[in-house]
Amino acid sequence: MIIPGHAPAEATPSCWSCGTMRAVHFCNSCGKVQPPVPVDYFTFFGFPRKLNLDTAALEKEFYALSRKLHPDVFGQADTQERTWSLEQSSMLNDAYRTLKDPIKRTQYLLRLEGIELEEQSKQATEKARATGELKKQVVPPDLLEEVFELNMHLEELRMQKKMGEDDPALLEEIGKAKLSLEEKYDVLFNELRTEWNNWDKSENGAADEADRRKIVDRMVDVLNRRNYIRNLVRDLNEALEN
Amino acid sequence: MATDYIVGIDLGTTNSLVAYMQGDSPAVIPGEDGLNLVPSVVALDENNQVIVGNAARRYLIETPERAVYSIKRLMGRGVEDIQDELKLFPFQLADDLQQGEVLRIKIGERTYTPPEISALVLRQLKRNAERFFGAPVTQAVITVPAYFNDAQRQATKDAGRIAGLNVLRLVNEPTAASLAYGLDKKKHGIVVVYDLGGGTFDISILKLHDGIFEVIATNGDTHLGGDDIDNLLIAIALDDIRGDLGLDFRRDARRSGEAVQRIRQAVIEAKIALSSQATAKLDVDLPGGKKYQREITLEVFEQMIQPIIDRTVGPCKQALKDAGLKPEQIDEVVLVGGSTRIPKVRRLVQDLFGRVPHTDLNPDEVVALGAAVQANILGGGSEITQDMLLLDVTPLSLGIEVAGGVTDKIILRNSTVPASATQYYTTQVDGQTNVAIHVLQGERELARDCRSLARFDLKGVPPMVAGMPRIEVKFLIDANGILRVSAREQRSGKEAEIDVQPTYGLTDEQVENMLLESFDFAEEDFRQRQVIEARREADTILTALAKGKKNQAWPELTSEERHSVETLEKALLAVKDSDDYHAIREGIDALNQATMHLAELMMDTAVSTALKGKAMDDTDIGEGPQAGHPVAKADFE
Repeated sequence: MIIPGHAPAEATPSCWSCGTMRAVHFCNSCGKVQPPVPVDYFTFFGFPRKLNLDTAALEKEFYALSRKLHPDVFGQADTQERTWSLEQSSMLNDAYRTLKDPIKRTQYLLRLEGIELEEQSKQATEKARATGELKKQVVPPDLLEEVFELNMHLEELRMQKKMGEDDPALLEEIGKAKLSLEEKYDVLFNELRTEWNNWDKSENGAADEADRRKIVDRMVDVLNRRNYIRNLVRDLNEALEN
Repeated sequence: MATDYIVGIDLGTTNSLVAYMQGDSPAVIPGEDGLNLVPSVVALDENNQVIVGNAARRYLIETPERAVYSIKRLMGRGVEDIQDELKLFPFQLADDLQQGEVLRIKIGERTYTPPEISALVLRQLKRNAERFFGAPVTQAVITVPAYFNDAQRQATKDAGRIAGLNVLRLVNEPTAASLAYGLDKKKHGIVVVYDLGGGTFDISILKLHDGIFEVIATNGDTHLGGDDIDNLLIAIALDDIRGDLGLDFRRDARRSGEAVQRIRQAVIEAKIALSSQATAKLDVDLPGGKKYQREITLEVFEQMIQPIIDRTVGPCKQALKDAGLKPEQIDEVVLVGGSTRIPKVRRLVQDLFGRVPHTDLNPDEVVALGAAVQANILGGGSEITQDMLLLDVTPLSLGIEVAGGVTDKIILRNSTVPASATQYYTTQVDGQTNVAIHVLQGERELARDCRSLARFDLKGVPPMVAGMPRIEVKFLIDANGILRVSAREQRSGKEAEIDVQPTYGLTDEQVENMLLESFDFAEEDFRQRQVIEARREADTILTALAKGKKNQAWPELTSEERHSVETLEKALLAVKDSDDYHAIREGIDALNQATMHLAELMMDTAVSTALKGKAMDDTDIGEGPQAGHPVAKADFE
């Protein structure tokens, strides 16, 4: 749990209390909580920057660190230690929340690699929906035909609802399309797993920078398509409910 | 500090309790009346003395305009969002309430903010605990509904401060309940806590693992509870009364307060009776001599309350969905809150989760007991609590307003707290030195549909070309579920100053003033108590002296001694009924001193009489002064 070689400049290498080498969260020697250092979430947990992650081990580590860092443990400590405990345990919780979720974990790693998935993100979509702005969104090529057809069906559905009509055949058609999309959604997750394996191998030193770039690009592509389908399914569900 | 008592407080809509850890198990501290529940009712008597709890309840009927209940419903809220409450509850807003000001409620001729009224309840609990321990109590854990937002939490914390309590932690009520349940048995598994109280509803789903109580999801409604059932029954009764008796109390404002309170008590009694009986009778003496009588069957009652208790279903389903769980994955269900005594509610919970709910702890007390456990943990723990740790979540998403009036969510609901998010801001105009941030709480997409928490004004941004400054703002939700914000301009490295304008809360300064005021009052109370006690002491010594003068020892004093005693006796009699504590005190001390010899002589007589085998009763030296007098006390028994 010692900070790796590339510790940021602000990090103090020694414990404020006993002066020995400190860890990211608390001192290995005297056990005192330490001021937080800006490390990434993988480092915070002492895990390698890999995407296949043992979530049971993560949970175990989360509980163990919670017992040491949570503000409740510092109920009788001085103000300074209480502040550090608050900051450390908020970082612990943020890190755990991000790493335990496979998609958030992937997005986080991509961000560490300098990639923001803003345009396809849920927030961007919600923003666009709320303001009524047209979101810049590219339909993934392999979905073009399906999306075109689906939009026609949805338009038809809206018309029918306006007229007060009901066409079971149309609903069945839309239901089928929804099922097909959901299947694709699951397939994409498996594609993502493949890229995880590629990435983890590259972390072991099995790939050069250009190869790593390619893996990153493929992950971005999978996540974008996945988000696109998710939003589509959500719109579908809303159209069916209304 | 370790020897200080830290108490756990359940500040409820209807009742409040204070508890502490008695060895290995939490226990409720009873009030002077011997009762565990302190009704959350505050009244002013005819002398403007504050009355709290059971003693205040009669004012609800006798002088409804001088009493207030269910104040928790108004905590952390603004005038515009309590319009429904104003229709259903007899809250009287202050006449001079200004736009944007924190609510003030009229009690008699005075006005109080909701945190001040809650503080009066807290002060009563504090006193109960102090009397019980015989020592001051200054630290507490206070529970809040899990679904309370930031403003409601802050208001509760303010109430604690005003009452002179250092609030070490706000704990969510269902989570506290789970602590009380999980204390004796080391449990594992998924536990649902269904908490339907007087005014709030919470549902929490927890994962228990080796002493860690991890909340996975929570949901609720902060304006749903037994109060709503009462109000429905009151509304039906008022309709009945208008129809059958031709009395419209809704229009007769002057008499309605008393009538509504009488009806309210009757329907509450009927509601409680219907938890164990098939029928209940309403029998109300209305002002003006008429009577309202009606019988309610359980069947009718259950039909009437169905729409109210059905409102708990949505939050339960949402919490399950957020937790990613199906009902069959739930291991245990725990019921909390007085309203879960209603059989229909129990059946609903059983149907929802497919489990027979636990009811082995008193649903009125379990939250306070859990708060005491958490207080013990924060105090450093004991053998039984040392492995226990609570990991709670924020019930609502935190967002900031961005262009187009849209909410940008930065911390999602059900995130474990403490939780943080960092956002970057810049300027839009050259040389701009202030940046305004509007913080919101809620799940809706548009800012206007979310709850406005506060407006932060970042000041002192170094003047630069538009878009150049990079201001890092860190939003942190602490373990109490309360937001903290800090900001730094990254290019200059300057800490930005933040001016917080809470949308519904009190500023620190306002809280500080209320605190001082309540100290002033406490001081006044204290002085009055001192005077009363000194007066009592004066009476005791004067009575003892009157008896002493009839004693055979009296003539044995010199005439000078007797004269001196009688002068001081007259002097004490003269000041005794004044409000001058020091004068009374000096009079007592002087007389005490002057009667020392008399007391000694009386002692001797008593002893020699006793040696002669004479009965003590015949000697009758009286009780003697209660305090201060070294010998006159009958310590030879």
